[in-house]
Amino acid sequence: MQFFSGAAAAETSPAPTAPPGTAQGLGGSGGAGNMLYVFNRGGVCLLYREWNRPLRTLDANQDQKLMFGLLFSLRSFTAKMDPTSVEKVNLGAPLLPGEGCSFHCFRTNTYKLNFMETPSGIKIILVTNPKTGDLRESLRYIYNIFVEYVVKNPLYVPGTTIKCELFNTNLDKYVKTLI
Amino acid sequence: MAPPAPRSGDAVFANVERVNAELFTLTYGAIVRQLLTDLEEVGEVNKQLDQMGYNIGIRLIDEFLAKSNVSRCVDFKDTADVIAKVGFKMFLGVTATVSNWDAEGSSCSIILEDNPLVDFVELPDTCQGLYYCNILSGVVRGALEMVSMKTEVSWVRDMLHGDDAYELRVKLLKQVPEEYPYKDDE
Repeated sequence: MQFFSGAAAAETSPAPTAPPGTAQGLGGSGGAGNMLYVFNRGGVCLLYREWNRPLRTLDANQDQKLMFGLLFSLRSFTAKMDPTSVEKVNLGAPLLPGEGCSFHCFRTNTYKLNFMETPSGIKIILVTNPKTGDLRESLRYIYNIFVEYVVKNPLYVPGTTIKCELFNTNLDKYVKTLI
Repeated sequence: MAPPAPRSGDAVFANVERVNAELFTLTYGAIVRQLLTDLEEVGEVNKQLDQMGYNIGIRLIDEFLAKSNVSRCVDFKDTADVIAKVGFKMFLGVTATVSNWDAEGSSCSIILEDNPLVDFVELPDTCQGLYYCNILSGVVRGALEMVSMKTEVSWVRDMLHGDDAYELRVKLLKQVPEEYPYKDDE
């Protein structure tokens, strides 16, 4: 019989520790994040959250569909254009999840779109101001918050819109620290 | 900056929350016992355990991916290895081995020498058809389905049935490519 120690785990909070490079304890003064989308593989927008988005030209549903479509196509393109790959893929040919290369961000002169996709098909998109650095660690951290507060929430039905207050609170708190 | 390297099973296991193994074993036993009372038929209990495992698996995969830093599951062989070395270690505290690959590389066995679920368990004569650990096969199936691998998972050897180890046969049926999910073009 093996005993797993229970005491050590007791004092740790469910949220993992934030990666370095984020301003801890600034409390609301930071905030490079504009908005965040979470999609699943089926294209369902599990979460849309915005902090700073003055211009809105589309209704929410259309906006989310466009965003998903953009990412889907862009991933097709990046895989197709890969000069290091010997395999010849036709543009638009169905890819297996995780097959071929992908991209993790693109930057325009006014914003930066950070993207992460997990093998389980969860896509996390964080739009920030263009001055932010590499946010891959931050997206991983957001994925961890998602696991702790959404996936582990027994009341959450997988594949439905996220309505977890704790998740939103922790997400807001974290995104405010991004610089 | 390169993405972080996948972590080993031991490293993840050292960092996750754990519960007392005895509590875990007895809780699982209580669930199986209750299912036997409620459903009466052993076959139904097997099915129910598998379904419960599946429901766990489709959630567990995200926790697994988040904590292990695994970022790709394309190759079935690598995936089976990762399940055995990292997955089982992370959630059950034991390491499994992968063997008995078939010629096409589409089915393999995951072998468990040590299984914390079955301490204190002895199958009575009335339950000889019970796959006591059937929840595990459901978990593996559910988790793999979330990474687009349709599989069939069944028990080949079971120590409770007098075999020398636990052997889980995992057969890859197909890998589902990504599809554009919206049909209507408005």
